[in-house]
Amino acid sequence: MATQQVRTHAIDMSSVLRNKGDQGEINETCIKVENLNLFYGQKQALHNINLEMPKKKVTAYIGPSGCGKSTLLRCINRMNDLVDSARIEGKILLDGENIYDKSVNVAALRRRVGMVFQKPNPFPKSIFENVAYGLRIQGINDKRILEETVENSLRGAALWDEMKDRLNDNALGMSGGQQQRLVIARAIAIEPEVLLLDEPASALDPISTLKIEELINELKEKYTIVIVTHNMQQAARVSDYTAFMYMGELIEMGSTSELFTNPVKKQTEDYITGRYG
Amino acid sequence: MIKLWFKSGSPWIWLNAAAVSTCMLMVVGVLGLVMVRGVGHFWPSQVIQFSYQEEGKQPQTIIGEKVDSSVMPALMAKSAGHKMADDEETLIQYLIKVGNRDVTGTDFRWIEERKILERSEPLDLMVIERREWGNFYGRLLEVKEAGNTLASGAEAWPVLQAKIVEALTIYKQIAHLEKKEIGAINYGLERLRLKQRRLQLDNQWDEAAKQQIASETAAYDVKYKEYQAQLATLYQQIRRHTLVAETESGAQVKIPLNKVVRVFQPNSMSIGDKIIHYVVKVVEFLTEDPREANTEGGIFPAIFGTIMMVMMMSVIVTPFGVIAAVYLREYAKQGFVTRLIRIAVNNLAGVPSVVYGVFGLGFFVYILGGNIDQLFFPESLPAPVFGTPGLLWASITLALLTLPVVIVSTEEGLARIPSSIREGSLALGATKLETLWLTVLPMASPAMMTGLILAVARAAGEVAPLMLVGVVKLAPTLPLDGNFPFLHLERKFMHLGFHIYDVGFQSPNVEAARPLVYATALLLVLVIVGLNLAAIIIRNNLREKYRALEG
Repeated sequence: MATQQVRTHAIDMSSVLRNKGDQGEINETCIKVENLNLFYGQKQALHNINLEMPKKKVTAYIGPSGCGKSTLLRCINRMNDLVDSARIEGKILLDGENIYDKSVNVAALRRRVGMVFQKPNPFPKSIFENVAYGLRIQGINDKRILEETVENSLRGAALWDEMKDRLNDNALGMSGGQQQRLVIARAIAIEPEVLLLDEPASALDPISTLKIEELINELKEKYTIVIVTHNMQQAARVSDYTAFMYMGELIEMGSTSELFTNPVKKQTEDYITGRYG
Repeated sequence: MIKLWFKSGSPWIWLNAAAVSTCMLMVVGVLGLVMVRGVGHFWPSQVIQFSYQEEGKQPQTIIGEKVDSSVMPALMAKSAGHKMADDEETLIQYLIKVGNRDVTGTDFRWIEERKILERSEPLDLMVIERREWGNFYGRLLEVKEAGNTLASGAEAWPVLQAKIVEALTIYKQIAHLEKKEIGAINYGLERLRLKQRRLQLDNQWDEAAKQQIASETAAYDVKYKEYQAQLATLYQQIRRHTLVAETESGAQVKIPLNKVVRVFQPNSMSIGDKIIHYVVKVVEFLTEDPREANTEGGIFPAIFGTIMMVMMMSVIVTPFGVIAAVYLREYAKQGFVTRLIRIAVNNLAGVPSVVYGVFGLGFFVYILGGNIDQLFFPESLPAPVFGTPGLLWASITLALLTLPVVIVSTEEGLARIPSSIREGSLALGATKLETLWLTVLPMASPAMMTGLILAVARAAGEVAPLMLVGVVKLAPTLPLDGNFPFLHLERKFMHLGFHIYDVGFQSPNVEAARPLVYATALLLVLVIVGLNLAAIIIRNNLREKYRALEG
């Protein structure tokens, strides 16, 4: 990989955004990735990524395993900082501010950019405490505010009706799908601007998957959502924009309908028609 | 065939089963032995009267309890110097506890079965447990009050019972006065003396201070005189009564009642009486101070010291070990140095415990303690306060000894927490510290408890280092009492493990003390099991609470 010449994929985002603008609107950019390179030690995992993600839309990253889509996602809330050997070059702008700037408080950034992981990871606490966790960290201990937020968040994650009588039960007693929605509730309880979903449904059964997808459709009214998925049907169902990545490079990005029906690049076409990957 | 049998795996399963059952047998064997030998000690056994004739001597009477017996083959008996007839195949001997050390000079005596002319269990044989000279075996003749006979013959027994109850009540009052009240006065006077010395050292020994100290001392003196007068009357009362008893040889012995702990006639006791006696003895064993160079009475100070020391050790080692483990696992950069530290920590666990004792004595007691004395207790020098072995130093030494266990198991616990949980917390905007305190440490708490359990198991059983840093044969006061500041960490203490060693090997009367060794050993095992059970219950509750996501 390292020997291969790094290609840039200057995608004309304005045209992409306008394309989607079939409904006659022009989308505001929320996250902008500029010339992003990421190295794990000597190995380069992301090659000069440039892309923009519009506000209050769902952007999906697709691509074969190991293509760097999760790595890219984890750059957006600086989760890669936890990996000792990771080194990042380039910029990611959130509402015009570079999140890799030295002055940025990482904890504060992560409050703005929530994340849901592949495997549900509720804390071994009660359902209530799980959702209230982010608030408690911010020093909010007022019982009224906590109760209100927990209820709203659980409603937002379509979990309230199932769980309202079990708020004090241990979250580990829930089913996998419920746990994943709980984790989403936990993420939206602190009212982030962006929600990063890292293959949120890959460990779930089809019915739970369906519920999560419905939830994503509801959530995009309030949040900018970036989702990583293996599943191209899922990407087609839930996203407005899709980025196809391959071997650490961004191959193509476009509106989901455009990319799936009329891909520009041959690699994209091969992938979505199932010829490789 | 054989090959097939080997392939089937049954030899392997047999081997496994054999290993497990050997372990079980050993554990059950140890506990069983200790229990059988230790628990029986408190049962009031029959007192037997033997008519015994040594060769070429007049028949004599021997009164005592049968403690042990031995069967010796004729050949061996001959070579041991016994005269054996040709038709005798074995020599049967009994060990009899004859007591009356003040009269005969020895508590135990071997007698030969073949020389016993007659044996009986007369109902009127009496055992007296005394505060000095061990048990007395014999017959009651009379009870005296201030030199005059109060009752004699058959009437003496009920009178004696009543008088002993009286005497014991007075004895308790005396003990309370001497230990609690006068002890507090002495403690207070000592504090005053130290205060005075301190003021002199600080050059503040002026008239006002002098007067204050003098008035406080005077107050103590008044109180002391008061108690002294009370004591005098009590002593007079308790010394009034005496019992006269007859030993096996017919000698008369006078025993003042203040020297008597209890009197009983085992041969005339019913099963119910014996059970009550047994329970009373066990309670005495658990709650009273030892008597007679630790061979009689209870072992309460040793139980108390052991538990106290283990708890202090836990309080010191847990936070220390956990903090070290957190740094090693969470903050330190993993690499050569951390690996080196881990190896060193693991090796610490293998250092012989007596080495820790030597270190504790050299570093904690002499250097640390000595300096603390110089800095904070100049008034009591040259008598050391912390510069001498004591509870604090023993606890710290054992904490050091058990530190590796806590570090290792805490580290393992931290390593087992899935990274998804940490990421989940960090993704919600928690800092590393918040993540650690709110999720990681609670989830690792069962592992910490496991470390603590192992530490307690190891610490409670240690004796060697304690002998150097704070354990004594007999501690006059408990490390916890009613005198300010209540917890006296500088005091020396007693310990069950050392008590076993002391009673079993250092006692002037090994034969008499042997059952106590077993009883104490049983108790030590029970104390450790109890401490461990408590920790295990706590751990299991924590585990239930923080049952992590599997995989």
